[in-house]
Amino acid sequence: MLIAVLILAALGVAFGLGLGWAALRFRVDSDPVVERIDALLPQTQCGQCGYPGCRPYAEAIASDQADINQCPPGGEAGIRALADLLGREAKPLNPENGEETAKTVVRIDEARCIGCTLCIQACPVDAIVGAAKLMHTVIRAECTGCNLCLPPCPVDCIDIVAAETHPPRWQRPRPPGAPDGLIRQ
Amino acid sequence: MTATRQDLPVPATGRQIHGFHGGLRLRHHKKVSCALAVERPPLPDRLIVPLLQHAGGMAEPLVRAGDAVLKGQPIGVCQPCATVHAPVSGYVEAIEDRPMSHPSGQPGPCVIIRPDGREQWTRLGPLDDWQNASPDTLITQMQNCGLAGLGGAVFPTHEKMRDGRERKTHTLILNGAECEPWISCDEMLMREQPGKVILGARILRRALGAEHVVIAVEDQMGAVQAALVGCREFGESRNISLVKVPAIYPEGGERQLIQVLTGLEVPAGGRPSDIGLVCQNVATAAAVAEAVSTGKPLIERYVTVTGNGIAQPRNFLALFGTPVAHLVECCGGYREDVARLVVGGPMMGFPLDTDAAPVVKASNCILALTRGDIATPQVEMPCIRCGECARVCPAKLLPQQLHLQVTNELWEQAQEYGLGACIECGCCDAVCPSHIPLVEWFRFGKSELRKRALETAASELARRRHEEREARLSREQRERAEKLARRKQTLRDKTTQQDRIRASIERAAQRDSRRTDDPEGGSSGGA
Repeated sequence: MLIAVLILAALGVAFGLGLGWAALRFRVDSDPVVERIDALLPQTQCGQCGYPGCRPYAEAIASDQADINQCPPGGEAGIRALADLLGREAKPLNPENGEETAKTVVRIDEARCIGCTLCIQACPVDAIVGAAKLMHTVIRAECTGCNLCLPPCPVDCIDIVAAETHPPRWQRPRPPGAPDGLIRQ
Repeated sequence: MTATRQDLPVPATGRQIHGFHGGLRLRHHKKVSCALAVERPPLPDRLIVPLLQHAGGMAEPLVRAGDAVLKGQPIGVCQPCATVHAPVSGYVEAIEDRPMSHPSGQPGPCVIIRPDGREQWTRLGPLDDWQNASPDTLITQMQNCGLAGLGGAVFPTHEKMRDGRERKTHTLILNGAECEPWISCDEMLMREQPGKVILGARILRRALGAEHVVIAVEDQMGAVQAALVGCREFGESRNISLVKVPAIYPEGGERQLIQVLTGLEVPAGGRPSDIGLVCQNVATAAAVAEAVSTGKPLIERYVTVTGNGIAQPRNFLALFGTPVAHLVECCGGYREDVARLVVGGPMMGFPLDTDAAPVVKASNCILALTRGDIATPQVEMPCIRCGECARVCPAKLLPQQLHLQVTNELWEQAQEYGLGACIECGCCDAVCPSHIPLVEWFRFGKSELRKRALETAASELARRRHEEREARLSREQRERAEKLARRKQTLRDKTTQQDRIRASIERAAQRDSRRTDDPEGGSSGGA
């Protein structure tokens, strides 16, 4: 009887120490849920959700301070993916945050640009190159279409243009004809 | 991988033919376009040369409207894909959006050239001594001559060769198994220019550092075999063998052909070079021979113009940019009941909206279908899960399952079920008793998967750049703060030093004043 109790107690202590060691050894520094939410966000860093970037918004969703329908660039598909991940009900995009539009990028009209560097400071992904009093230009492949460079421009030389959809960037349209067994409404 | 590569069976020695999963036996319809010898059609009034001709990207134009061009002069470059050349000498009339023989049907930038009829070549740089040229020189020559896979995928040849060279290829497979009905351009090429094909094979082999060459032709191409074996170059070459493969569609698919010849499967998501093989089309080999021995860039190809809607089906050696309408005219025009134009074969081709579109590097066949050929569109019925599609799928996929996933846009699942491995051969379409346009859906699905991969890559890039920017900003802020602190410190240090100086001056002044008060004790108070 006593032996059994002692053995169990010893086992308990041993496993407890093991678990404690594992908790220290394999500690995860950041919240994995935040990482996974952040991976689903489009990384435009546009701030339309009301947070200063995609990661802060992911943190807010993870801590239940923000809803999942505040990201217009992610659109319906993004909301659905977030709902799937978090086991919540998908809901339509919150119109207060903006509406889902086709992907755009910006272009600087180089003739009008005065080289003030204000847009360079506003760009969240360093996609604008240039120097003071010299022409600036947008690296199109790296522009996320956040439009944060538009307000600071004193001469309105930045235009929004549609992203490339010509071949080879062409996207095949969905074939006509209704699928016969819709799983998702 | 390299250790096991030595043990792989080398197809050149074993003539045993293997099978592949699924496939269909189709009616050939090839003889009809093989009756007449191949000719160059007369020059058209204008050549429309699209800048998008290769898998991989749109070329940047090197010429402007009004420029004079020489035959074979580069007019568009694209890194890392191949160069586009002027097919004739003449002058550039415009660079504008025109229909360009692309599955999208969208117009794109084309260089419009008006021939001057002089056919004056630009300076060519042949590699006369190719037997002693380094493989890198040969591969660069292929890139400069604008070579791309002429089987239809137009993958830049130099990229495939660089990859094959880095991965130590032992065998080069020349694909002459033109399995799709109606198309006969490769057959005519091998019949008329067998020497060029063999020479190209030897150059490609040298560039790869491979030992063996296997040329695969369909067993029904009797004349081709005789021509290849009978030509002088074949007799002179060592380690080149000709293998006849049974005519089962889609035998000419790269993966299927490799399986038939070697019994090995290319790993899913991998490339033939993973198992020590490189596969090139016979027409690509002939173009390589031309590019290396004469320096002539790729500006023309064999094109089959055929179908029940064409008066006299035949093959042409057509310059890129020749409008399809011009070729059809040279065939005696359309028959009355012509209904649709297709680029490529009836199984894998895509419809062409207008015959103003040009012949490009990818155009192996122009097929004109009649109303009788296009069966009245059958009503699409629900899938009855008969499994016929899975039985014929050469990629061993489950089309009925993929169809369900693609129509419901379950992309992760579709990817897991191997949608990316679909070769769009159309076998499942052909056997489906419910007439579901399966390949149509799979093409859409594959395009969607590609788009999603691009989006993920773009958002990953944006995330990295944003994080790096944040890190930079905080570093700069920290550095500014540190600099400020340092300056304050020095300032403080300076003040203390000045204080010290002032204090010592004061002390000295006090001493002096004491000395003036008491002139007797002057020598004792030295500072």
